[in-house]
Amino acid sequence: MRVALFLTCVNDTLYPDTGRAVVKLLTRLGVDVDFPMAQTCCGQAHYNTGYRHEAEPLARHFSDVFGEYEAIVTPSGSCGAMVRELYPRMGERARAEGRGDALAATLAPVVPKTYELTEFLVDVLGVTDVGAYYPHKVTYHPTCHGLRGLGLGDRPRRLLQAVKGLELAELPGADECCGFGGTFALKNADVSAAMGTDKVRNAESTGAEVLCAADNSCLMHIGGTMARLRTGMRPVHIAEILASTEEEPAV
Amino acid sequence: MSGTFVGMPAFPEAAREAVGNETLRGNLRHATHTIRAKREKAVTEVADWAELREAGKRIKDHTLRHLDRYLQQLEDSVTAAGGIVHWAADAAEANEIVTQLVKMTGESEVVKVKSMATQEIGLNEALEAEGIRAYETDLAELIVQLGKDRPSHILVPAIHRNRGEIRDIFTREMSEWGRPAPEGLTDTPAELAEAARLHLREKFLRAKVGISGANFMVAETGTLVVVESEGNGRMCLTLPETLISVVGIEKIVPTWRDLEVFLQTLPRSSTAERMNPYTSTWTGTTDGDGPSTFHLVLLDNGRTDTLADEVGRQALRCIRCSACLNVCPVYERAGGHAYGSVYPGPIGAILSPQLRGTQSEIDASLPYASSLCGACYEVCPVAIDIPEVLVHLRERVVQGGEVTREGNKVVLRPAKGHAAERAAMRAARWAFTHPAALRTGQRAASRTRRFHPRTLPGPGKAWSGSRDLPPVPAEPFRDWWQRTRGGKGGAE
Ligand code: SF4
Repeated sequence: MRVALFLTCVNDTLYPDTGRAVVKLLTRLGVDVDFPMAQTCCGQAHYNTGYRHEAEPLARHFSDVFGEYEAIVTPSGSCGAMVRELYPRMGERARAEGRGDALAATLAPVVPKTYELTEFLVDVLGVTDVGAYYPHKVTYHPTCHGLRGLGLGDRPRRLLQAVKGLELAELPGADECCGFGGTFALKNADVSAAMGTDKVRNAESTGAEVLCAADNSCLMHIGGTMARLRTGMRPVHIAEILASTEEEPAV
Repeated sequence: MSGTFVGMPAFPEAAREAVGNETLRGNLRHATHTIRAKREKAVTEVADWAELREAGKRIKDHTLRHLDRYLQQLEDSVTAAGGIVHWAADAAEANEIVTQLVKMTGESEVVKVKSMATQEIGLNEALEAEGIRAYETDLAELIVQLGKDRPSHILVPAIHRNRGEIRDIFTREMSEWGRPAPEGLTDTPAELAEAARLHLREKFLRAKVGISGANFMVAETGTLVVVESEGNGRMCLTLPETLISVVGIEKIVPTWRDLEVFLQTLPRSSTAERMNPYTSTWTGTTDGDGPSTFHLVLLDNGRTDTLADEVGRQALRCIRCSACLNVCPVYERAGGHAYGSVYPGPIGAILSPQLRGTQSEIDASLPYASSLCGACYEVCPVAIDIPEVLVHLRERVVQGGEVTREGNKVVLRPAKGHAAERAAMRAARWAFTHPAALRTGQRAASRTRRFHPRTLPGPGKAWSGSRDLPPVPAEPFRDWWQRTRGGKGGAE
């Protein structure tokens, strides 16, 4: 099977390790991974901040770049939700504004074949044990857009539970937002920081060394708060845990 | 009562104080988490919750689509049952109507059932200005009134107060308004409730005029419905000679059969009860029973304008259960007052900027008072997609556009203060539609990475004030891909 990796602009620029981990993991599972070099950004930040008209060309660009692939895999719950949930809505809005079906028709092909990584592993490849090894105590934070937007459910947890050596600690208040929310963290910095602090304190209470999630944006916020609060905990993307093996363990 | 919201600062400033107030955050955290857990349990008890939610949404949407017809039917039914219907376009008109109606009775005091609509229009202040005293009879509302405070929650307006504060308010203020608090009042719930009961009973027995809102109005029979937990509302609805009900036009349901759905979803979503302890219904007037005069004031106050907006109109489905407040992580930290309206929390963030417009600083900031986590949408018993409306209103703030105001189409200009953001969004869009430019930027960032600060200047300062930024990696992913895979994957 040949899939396109949609890494997201944040991962590409700031978290290339996550991208390398996805490539390593999928290749190990026999998937042929391609990285279309023309890819950029899904437009989520634009859309969610109220700049729908600026987001539209980005969505069109996404469709141009990825339209031909059989499946599109992304290690980001929120960017996955952007394509799956909000691209159809952008099409509907354009139609409601009397601009016809053109946008909806352009975006439609990519919507059903875009998968968040854990969804792709469990639903498409049908695996929960990916042969990973990660001898650490880990707690899992389900990010809001993965949890409520995509409905990832217990897929990430099932994947983690099958990892050799991994001890999974339940996170109190797991389904509460960490407070990132894109530009929310800038516009409502005080409330955002308070939410982040509570999330980190809950994570600390589990005694885990690592907090893992399926979205680096949330991990950036949580990790930045962890560092500032000197917890000694580390934020790690789930892809990096699943890619880790006994031969080549992630540090 | 200092009930005015005029001149509120934008949400972030208003929230800052609450975020720093440990007691307030503790009170709110405890209260919202308790009710959140109870609600969850009450909802899972019902096997067909998802269907009830869908039914509620559909009934409301259908009613809103044919609102003109159902309002006409309601007016006919109420009139046939002996009631008198008045129409109020805005707050000023509604206050004027109610004030005149009270004056006509010759009374100078009224008892009130807890009502969001009368708070929305500032009725108590309007009556006060005309020398009429309005007594709130709901316990939490009484605490707010005696404390010269503002409500901070839809269902529990005094949620921000703890028992000690309530005892102090009762001891200090009750004598001003009627029967004083008993000597040596403590802060035990039973004693506080008894003090309120004695204070209020005196008023129920004396008052000749009652003022209420309504949770629902049934068009087919002209029946109004109030659900409550304490029974004080029922006293106000049945004891006085004159009853005046002020109700938003969106509170209508076509039939009793439709009402059945909401009598299941409302109590479970709001108080986590299987049904409300008191469900009172009144239809016009009946000889020798209850009030002999009944007035219904139908309130628009921005609702028809909201109805004209095809994304935003779903906010009018709201049945004011407050479930969205209780799960909202932002409400939990910012408190209800920061929303600058009687409608706080997620519903307030989408309702106020629609009813009042987005011109004021506070109203323009409310659509951003959310991390878009979606918890509010998940619990809403009428499935209002609050995140969708928030983003829609953000668009209105930053891009402007056509809206309906007082029945007229007007084109809004983008709100001030977003020019830098708009420029940044445009620049980012440009870079993202030109992958080569993006790549150049990434490389530059990587090459200069040792010089990058861990804190940001300008608007980013707030972020990095409490969090560390991640370091920029030596090589962006796409460069690694090209280096190791030779650019397999097509040209840029
Ligand atoms: S928006 Fe929904 S959850 Fe919030 S108060 Fe209204 S009905 Fe309840």
